[in-house]
This record gives sequence, structure tokens and C-alpha cells, in this order.
Amino acid sequence: MELTGAEILWESLMREGVEVVFGIPGGASIPIFDAMLKYPIHHVLTRHEQGAAHMADGYARASGKVGVALATSGPGATNLVTGIATAMLDSTPVVFITGQVQSYLIGGDAFQEVDVTGITLPITKHNYLITQADQIAPAVCEAFYIARTGRPGPVLIDICKDAQIEKTEFVYPEKIELVGYKPPRTAPTHLLNKAAEMIHASKKPIILAGHGALISQAMDVIQQLARTTQTPVAMTLLGLGAMPASDPLSLGMMGMHGEAYCNLAIQNSDLIIALGMRFDDRVTGNLKTYAPHAKKIHIEIDPSEVDKNVAVDLPLIGDLKTVLSDLLPLIEEVHHDQWLEQIEEWRAESDSRDILYWPDDGKLYTAQVIHNIWEATQGNAVLVTGVGQHQMWAAQYYRFEKPYRFITSGGAGTMGFGVPAALGAWFADQQNEVWLVDGDGSFQMTQAELSTMVQEGANVKIAIMNNHFLGMVRQWQEFFYDSRYSGTPLTGPDFVKIAEAHGIPGRRITQREEIYPALEFAKNTRGPVLLNFIVEKEDAVYPMVPAGADLHAMIRRPVRQTEEIV
Amino acid sequence: MQHTLIALVENKPGVLNRVASLFRRRNFNIDSLNVGQTEKPDISRMTIVVDSDSTDARHVEANLYKLVNVIDVQDVTGQPAVVRDLALIKVNAKLSQRAEIANLASIFRGRIVDVAAESVIVEITGTEDKIDSLTELLRPFGIIEMVRTGQVAMMRGNYAPVRHLPGAGSNGNHHEVLMN
Repeated sequence: MELTGAEILWESLMREGVEVVFGIPGGASIPIFDAMLKYPIHHVLTRHEQGAAHMADGYARASGKVGVALATSGPGATNLVTGIATAMLDSTPVVFITGQVQSYLIGGDAFQEVDVTGITLPITKHNYLITQADQIAPAVCEAFYIARTGRPGPVLIDICKDAQIEKTEFVYPEKIELVGYKPPRTAPTHLLNKAAEMIHASKKPIILAGHGALISQAMDVIQQLARTTQTPVAMTLLGLGAMPASDPLSLGMMGMHGEAYCNLAIQNSDLIIALGMRFDDRVTGNLKTYAPHAKKIHIEIDPSEVDKNVAVDLPLIGDLKTVLSDLLPLIEEVHHDQWLEQIEEWRAESDSRDILYWPDDGKLYTAQVIHNIWEATQGNAVLVTGVGQHQMWAAQYYRFEKPYRFITSGGAGTMGFGVPAALGAWFADQQNEVWLVDGDGSFQMTQAELSTMVQEGANVKIAIMNNHFLGMVRQWQEFFYDSRYSGTPLTGPDFVKIAEAHGIPGRRITQREEIYPALEFAKNTRGPVLLNFIVEKEDAVYPMVPAGADLHAMIRRPVRQTEEIV
Repeated sequence: MQHTLIALVENKPGVLNRVASLFRRRNFNIDSLNVGQTEKPDISRMTIVVDSDSTDARHVEANLYKLVNVIDVQDVTGQPAVVRDLALIKVNAKLSQRAEIANLASIFRGRIVDVAAESVIVEITGTEDKIDSLTELLRPFGIIEMVRTGQVAMMRGNYAPVRHLPGAGSNGNHHEVLMN
């Protein structure tokens, strides 16, 4: 049967199992939106295309499926760009579909024409410019395959308006043949043997688990490796959930704002087993002094990450879960009691500085609020954040027991990610509570999507950590720029009134004893609720490894509470 | 030192742009890049020469593989390969100098492909060194303009090129990758 290009697009999306798309229509995508009415795919009308991109991203991260965002040509497509880059840097599978001017107008600066494939070339895993209807089905089929396999990432399909209208026979490809795209599967046996030798020889090993651990669904095999070899597990920001936080072998988050005992363990280790992580500068600090005594095994699906930042002794290229499953039978039980004792000493020292144990001084601290949210949700919520101080405190104090529960922008550090990503995560996971912990700066960047949340009846609980600053930049200014707060003080609206204007109940919280009643109120109210926590303005995230400094050279929170916080 | 890589890529619009964009984005320092047809109409062949003092050839290779349109990457550096560059050199040549220039060219197995009243064009094919040498000898006459194709390369006989294969380490032979 002959179908229009637009119909073929929806038929193809149906075959890829798409249930929801996020987007905004425009002149160059009207045929797509017109055809959409015939298909049972839910469209979420966002208020800005950046919101659509982050929603699709949040949906993908929480569901493990491919997210889809739709935009029109020109400004519609360029508004996606921040969201595409965010997905690219965090390796999330999102297919972006953009309308484009008629193929015969391309290159002529037509109304709302922008070279979208050119603009997005360096921030997509792959992209397509479609000028004929019969190219649509193969492109969609390939795009979904490329987006979700190997190291996942965003793929963009730019479809000319005349291709949307043109009629052609619809045939969905039964198999994909991409001669230049063959994701590696597993490593050869002799290398696995070598890895086992190195692991058995180590006295002070440590596992570094990254986002790849979750993407590859390798949690079980990682935990098995850790337990068999008594190897502690440190996680990157996006790797949180790979090992339950309550497990004695879990060291929590590593890096710039990682736990001090975690960073010390890395620096003192004699073997690093890096799993699906890329030695980002936020994780390593100064490369010259990074884990100087450690041999390094790197299991990674993307060969270009090997030796990129840190030279490794043994790279194993392949799918993490497959490689580890092949490696585990070669691994014998080993014990590292002394090493673990040493780490426990460091951990106890860290605990003595923990702000959670500070007496009530009449102020609210974000760390405590997040700790209370963790308690109130039994650690089971899907927690979404913006970017900044609140994000780091969320990573430190919301102790994730399970994977896919922490939805946050890592590599790109995209402020404004929170509100739309929370809505996307809610579409992916309606079994668990979805909480958005946001900063007042981040929240205001995409506040408009509150409206979308209400239109969709999304049950998202919003907790704003309101310190009237762009807090993370303020912290850097305090530490490294002599407290010159340039461009960081921030006034915001009355967020409770903003919520009310959207028909969302809200509360303002200023005292510690008000936290629990507010969280209970949020939990017991159907639909979205906004809690505006007025927190200490000049608190800082500790520990902190200054950018480019040695990983062990951390700025620590003072041991005892004093009147003035350093 | 120079590294010479051969990349087989799908002959599709925008592929050259993807490769060039990759080099720019990753800050790779490329000495020359040559693109041409192969025996298969749907496959193009790129010969890429990188300055390996500043750019690690293995990283170039691993990143090239990330492009969906790149099919194969071979390293022919230091291998039994035929490597050729072609140059056209327009040189000032008065009537009295033509014979001398023709002589020099023929020593290098070059030839004169155009003669004008005041200049000639010398065509020369060969390795980079050879072309450099002739260029230096022609310089005293006054080079008006010059163009070089950049290197193209092909392995001799049945020799197999080196495929570091993605993930090649710096120490040892753990280069193998099993593909699906």
C-alpha cells in the first residue's frame, strides 16, 4: 500500500515500539503532526524544544528504551541542540526527528531553513537528511538500531517537507546492513586470562563503575566480581546504582565531589578495574598524579576511549556485561581484608565531617533535605536533578540502591535538565515515585515545562533547593576567586505562587522541623507538588577536588561545626 | 614522524565532511587527506597522513571507526606499500632554461606537460622525498605555483596492512577485537 512519508514515519515508529514522543509542531512538520492523529502514539506538547529533548532523554534513561523528540525546522531544530549534546555526552539513546524545508529549497536560505545535519554532526552518533519518502523507513530502522546499540547516543533524522508529503510503497526493513557499524561484543580469551592474572595478583584493587555498567545492564556481574574478589566499587556520577549504596563494598561516588575515602582508595590502589567509564577530568583530577601505583584494566565498548585520558595496561574492548560474564569463570575467590580495613578507617574519618550530624542551627542545609527525601521515599524514588550544588548533594546523599533511579546530566552539565527530564522519567516509570530535586537557578531555566507537567497530569514531586545563588559557581568564586560573587546572586519569583498559578500546590520550608511534614504533604497529594526549601545561601559541597588538582588533594568540610562555615 | 592511514568509506554525500569534522573536533593534526574512487562505485578511499608527533595514529583510527560510514581503516606506515604523491610545478623558464629544466625533470622521471613563452609545468609522481628534492632543485628558477595531490598508498602484493583495530594498546599485542 502506498503511504505518505509522514505516515511511513509513524508506521516505522510503531514498529520500533514507540509509545510517546515529545515535541512541538511547526511549518515544516505539519504533515507529520497531521498523520500522527491516525496512530496510537502519545504526543507530549512541550513549551520549548529543549524541554522535548530533555524529556526524551529522561525517558530513555529511566526506561532503557529509545526516547523520541520531534521539532520543526530552523529554530525548532536549533532549540534541540543543547538536549542533543546532553544526550551525546551521556550516551543516551534518543532519536530526534526534525522537519526540514522542501528538498528543492535546500541551500537557498528558505524561511526557517537551517543546516541541521551540519549543526548536529559533531553532537550526534549519526544523522540523516531525508529528501525522499522511500528513505524514511530505512533511516528510522537504522537510527533506532544505532541509537541503542554499541555505545548508545543520539541520532537525528531531518526530513524534508516534500518527503513527508510524497507517497510511496511502505516496506519496513527486516534486517539492517550497516557495513561500517559493528559494535564489538567481547574480548579474546588470552586477554581475559591476562585480566584474571592481574586481578589475582592485586593486593589493593578497586572497581570503577561508570554509566556503561547501567547501559550494559551489568550490575549483577559487577557485584559478583566485587564479592568474589573482595574488591570495593567506586562509581561515577552516572554509574550510581551499579552497586547498592548499602553494600559494604560500595564506596559511593568518586571524583571532584566524590567521597574522600573513595578518592583515597583510588589513589592508593594497585589495580583499577575500570568498567564502562571514560576517566573524565571530573573523575581523575590531575592525570599526572592519578592512581600512580595502579595497573589499569579498562573494559569499554568504545575503543576511542581507551588510552584517551589515562594510559591503561590492559584494554578489553566489548560489551561490558558480555566481557565480564566471560571473565567471571576465570576468577578465583580472593580476600583483601587489610585493604578493606584501611578503607573503613578512611570512611570513619569522612563520617566525622558529615553535615548530617550537625546540630540544628536554625538553618536548612540541602544535604539534610535530600537525606530526608531519601528517608521519606525509602530510597526507592526515581530522582531527577538539575545541575549544580544540589545535584552533587543529591549524588552524595540520596543513597541509590538500584540502577536507573538517578536521572542527571553528567558530561554536559546542562542546567535546566531537571524539570523536563523529570516529566520524561515519569512517562517511563509510573511504578515508582518521581522526585525532582532542583536548584533555583536550574529550575528557572526550564520552568515553562511546569505547564506541560500539568497538561499531562504528571505525578512529579518538585523540591527546589533555593539558595538565591548560582551556587556551584558561587562556591568556585568563594574558593578560588576571593569570594567575588560576580553574576551569581539570583533573585527568583515566589515559587509557591508560580506553582499555584499552574494549579500545583506548593509550600515554603525554612526550618528543619518543617521538612518531614512537607515531604508527607507531597507524598499524600495526588499529582505534582512544589516544595520551596529556603536553604543556607553560602553552603559548599564537600569534599572538593579543585579542577586539575590531585585527586587526593581535597578541600574537606571542617570537622566540627563552627559559627562560620569556611 | 608521519603516519599513513587508509580509510575505506561509503560513497555517500557528506562523508568527507564527517571525516573532516571529526579531525577538527578531536584536534587531530592532518598533513594531507586524499579522497578518490575505488574499484567499487559505492566505496571511496581516503589516504590520511597524520603528524604522529602531535596526533596518535591509533586514536585517529579508533575515532574513524566511530563514524557509521567508515568501513575499514589500515595503517601502511613502515609497511611494504607503494606510496605516491603527484605534483604539478609551474616554473619560470626562459627559452634558454627549458632544456636544463627538462633535464632535471627527467632525472626524477618527471616530465614537462605544458610549455609557455616564459614558463613550463613539470609533472612529477613519486614519494614525498623525491618530489621535495625536485622542488628544491627547481626553486632557483622561480616557482610560480605548485599543487600536490597528497599521498595515496597501496600495500604491495599479498602483504596485509596493519589494523591496530580499535582499542589497540601502547604496550603489547592486545589489539584483537571480536566483532559480531
